[in-house]
Amino acid sequence: MKYLHLIWAALFRRKTRTILTLVSIIAAFLLFGMLDAVRVSFAEAGQSANGAERLQTGARLSFIQPLPQGLGAQIARVNGVKDVAYANWFGGAYQDPHNQIFTFAVSPNYLDIYPEVEVAPEQRKAFDSTQDGILAGEIIVKRYGWKVGDKIPLQSQIFPNKSGSKNWSFNLVGVMHSKDAKAFQSQMILMHWKMFDETTPYNSGMVGWYISRVNDINQSDRIAKAIDALSANSDHETKTQTEQAATANWIKQMADIGLIVTSIMGAVFFTLVLLTGNTMMQAVRERTSELAVLKTIGFSSTSVLMMVLAESVLLLLLGGLIGLGLVSVLAPVMSSQSGGMISHTSVGAGSWALGIALAIVIGLVVGVLPAWRAMRLNIVDALAGR
Amino acid sequence: MNFLIGLLTFVVVIIGVMVFLSLPWPGMLALLVLLALWMVLTRRGQQTWSVTAVGISTLPQRLGSSAVIVIGIAGVVAVLVAMLAMADGYRETLRRTGSDDTAIVLRGGSAAEVSSVLDHESTLVIAQAPGVARDDQGKPIVSPELVVAANLPMKGGDPERDVGSVQLRGVGDEAWKLRTNAKIIAGRKFEPGKYELVAGKGAQHQFAGLEPGKQIKLGSQIWTVTGIFNSNDAMDSELWADSGIVGPAYRRGSSMTTVFAKLTGAAAFDKFKAALASDPRLQTDVSTTLDYFSKQSEGTSKAITIIGIVVGAIMAIGAVFGALNTMFAAVATRAREIATLRAIGFRGLPVVMAIMLETMLLALVGGALGGVIAWLIFNGYTASTLAAGTTGQLTFEFKVAPAVLWTGLKWALAIGFVGGLFPAVRAARLPVTTALREL
Repeated sequence: MKYLHLIWAALFRRKTRTILTLVSIIAAFLLFGMLDAVRVSFAEAGQSANGAERLQTGARLSFIQPLPQGLGAQIARVNGVKDVAYANWFGGAYQDPHNQIFTFAVSPNYLDIYPEVEVAPEQRKAFDSTQDGILAGEIIVKRYGWKVGDKIPLQSQIFPNKSGSKNWSFNLVGVMHSKDAKAFQSQMILMHWKMFDETTPYNSGMVGWYISRVNDINQSDRIAKAIDALSANSDHETKTQTEQAATANWIKQMADIGLIVTSIMGAVFFTLVLLTGNTMMQAVRERTSELAVLKTIGFSSTSVLMMVLAESVLLLLLGGLIGLGLVSVLAPVMSSQSGGMISHTSVGAGSWALGIALAIVIGLVVGVLPAWRAMRLNIVDALAGR
Repeated sequence: MNFLIGLLTFVVVIIGVMVFLSLPWPGMLALLVLLALWMVLTRRGQQTWSVTAVGISTLPQRLGSSAVIVIGIAGVVAVLVAMLAMADGYRETLRRTGSDDTAIVLRGGSAAEVSSVLDHESTLVIAQAPGVARDDQGKPIVSPELVVAANLPMKGGDPERDVGSVQLRGVGDEAWKLRTNAKIIAGRKFEPGKYELVAGKGAQHQFAGLEPGKQIKLGSQIWTVTGIFNSNDAMDSELWADSGIVGPAYRRGSSMTTVFAKLTGAAAFDKFKAALASDPRLQTDVSTTLDYFSKQSEGTSKAITIIGIVVGAIMAIGAVFGALNTMFAAVATRAREIATLRAIGFRGLPVVMAIMLETMLLALVGGALGGVIAWLIFNGYTASTLAAGTTGQLTFEFKVAPAVLWTGLKWALAIGFVGGLFPAVRAARLPVTTALREL
C-alpha cells in the first residue's frame, strides 16, 4: 500500500495512453453494467417475497382457454389456501390499437392478494363501489397524463360490449402505486370482473385464471397438486404453479436473455483483455530501464512483480468503477426509455460485486505477462538497453 | 489556433462518420476509385502510396499492437452483425409467410389471429367475395382456419416445468392448396376426423415428442403426430390438425378465427376488401398477408436492431480508443522515420493519408474477420421467441445477409477512420526538428 503513489505515478506516466485505455475499459464496463441490469431485472421478475406465496392456476390446455367460475370455491376449500382471486384478460388499448395496455378484469378481492400494490383507501373504496371504475398503475397514468376522475376510453382487442362495439368507456377512480417498483400492476389497468362479465356477451361466467395465496410457502407444491387434482380428467384440467415459476417460464419463452448477455459480454471482455494487455506490455517495455533502476536500489523481484500487477489491477478497477458509476447515472434514463421493460433503476449490489470481481480478475490476467517480464528483468541488460 | 484545429478535426470526424455510415455501396466505390486515381495520377498521391507502403511493410514488426485494432474491431463487427442478422432473420421469416396476392380476414378490431372469431356463415360469405381465385373445379381457394394455443413440453427440459406455448392451427384441405410451399417432409398428412396432427419443422425443433408416429397430450386429449411439414416460414412453428376436430376439442364449435383467401392477383385485393367492407353481414378487418405478417415483425425486429446498434456503438467507442492508442504508439515509434520523410520533402498530406490508410486497412481486416466469425457461428442459427401477435413460439433462423455484412464493414471503416485521424494529424504536425531529436 505504501507504494501506491509510485504505482499511480507509473500509471499516469503516459497520460494519453492511460486515458485512452481507460475510456475503452469504461465503455466495456458501461456495457456490462447495462446488460447485467437487464439480465437481473428479467431474472428477478416475479420473485418478490409476496410472489412466493401466490399460486397461479390456468387451463392446462393453453393460457387462452378460460376456466369455469365455480372452480374458485373449490380451490378456496383446498387445505392451506388462504384466499383465492381471479382475473380475466381484457386486452385493452388506448387511442391507437398499438398502444396496448395490460388490462385485467378482476375479482373484488384481487388487490388483497397483492399487498405490494398500494391504493389510497378512499380510492379503493371508490373502486369497490363503482361499476365502471378502473384503477390504473402509476406508470400508465404518468405516460398518458390521466387524472383521477377522467373518463378513459379503452378499446378491447377481444371483447365487444353490449352494443357490439369494442370501444369501452371507464371512469378512472384511483391510481395503483408499487412499493418496490417491481409489481407489474403499476403498468396496468384493473376493472371489475362482474361488470366485464355482464357487459360482454362472450364471456358467460368464465374466468381466465385463478390466483391463490397459501398459508405456508413450503406447502406450495402440495397445494398446487391438490388444486390440479380438483379438475383432473375433466374438460378443463388446470395447471398450477407459483407466480415465480410462471414468470420464469414466460421469460424463458421470450428469449434466453442470459445466453445473449453472456455471449456479448464474452466478446467484449475478450477484446478488452487484448487491448489492456497491449497497453500494459507497452508500459512495461518502455519503462525497462526505470524498473532496472528500482531493482538496483533494492526493490526485490517480487515487489516489482506486485507493483506491475497492482498497476494493471488499478487501471481496470478505475475504469470499472467509473463505468459502473456511469450506469448508475444512466440506468434511470434507460429504464424510463424502455417503457417499463427494464424495471431496475439502479445497479444492484450483485452487479457491483460481479463487476469489481471481473475488473480484478481481468487486471490480473492482463498484468501477469508484463509483471513476469518485469520480475525476470536482468538489471545489467536492462540498464544497458539490450 | 490549436483549439481551432481541434474543433475542425472534430467536425471532420463527425461528418466523416456520418458519410461513411449512410453511404450506399456505389458511393463507397466512387470514393475508392477517386482515391485510387489520386494516388496514381498526382504527385502527392504517389508520395502517399510510398509512405503507406513503408508503413504496411513494418506492420509485421508491430504484430501484437496491430492485432489490437484488428481484434477489437472484429469483436464490434461480430456482435453488431449477429444482432442485425437476428433482426433480419426474424423479419424475413414473417415476411416470407405473407404474399401480396393472399388476403387474411379477421374479425374487426382483432390484433391477432387468436383473438378473432368468425362464425361459420361469415366464412361462407367471405369465400364468395369477388377477387378470390378459383381452382379447376371452380371452387374458391379459401381456407377458413381456427388458431388456438396449446402447451407442450420443451425439448431438453423438465416435462412438468418447462412448458412452452405452441400455436395449433385447425385447417382443412384448402390450407395445403393455398400454401403451396408447405410440404410434408416426413410421415404423412393427418386424416380428417381423427385426433391426428402434423408438426412444423420449427416446432419439432423446439418441442419434445413431435416425431411421426408418436403421441402427445394436449389438455386431456391424446393426439397422434402423423408427419412433419416444412414451409420455410412462420407456419413452420405451428401444429396443423383438422379444424373439425380442433373446434370441439377447444370448445369453439364450428367457429373459425381466420380466413385466408387466395386472390386472382395482387390487383384484386382492393376489390376484395371493398366487397367485404360493404357487406352488412360482416364486420371484418382485411389485409394482405404480406402486410399482416410484416406488421407483426415490426416491433420486435426494430427492438432487436436498436439493441444491436446501442451495444455495437458502446463497443465501437471502446474499439476507437483502442485503435487510437495503437496508432499513437505506432506514430510515436516511427516519429523519427516520419520526421525524416518530411525533412527530405514529403508534405503533411501524404503522411496523414498514409497513416489513415494503414489504420483503415487494419480496420477492414478486422471488419472482415468479425463478419466471417458472425457468419460462421450464426448464419442459419435457430432461435425462437414468443412472437408478438401470436400465442406460440416462433422459430426463426439468423440470416447473415450481404447487406448486414456491409453495415458491419462500414462500421469497421468508421472506427478505423476515427482511430487513425488523430494520430495522423499529430504525426504531420509534430515539428520536424523535435521529432528528429526524439529517441
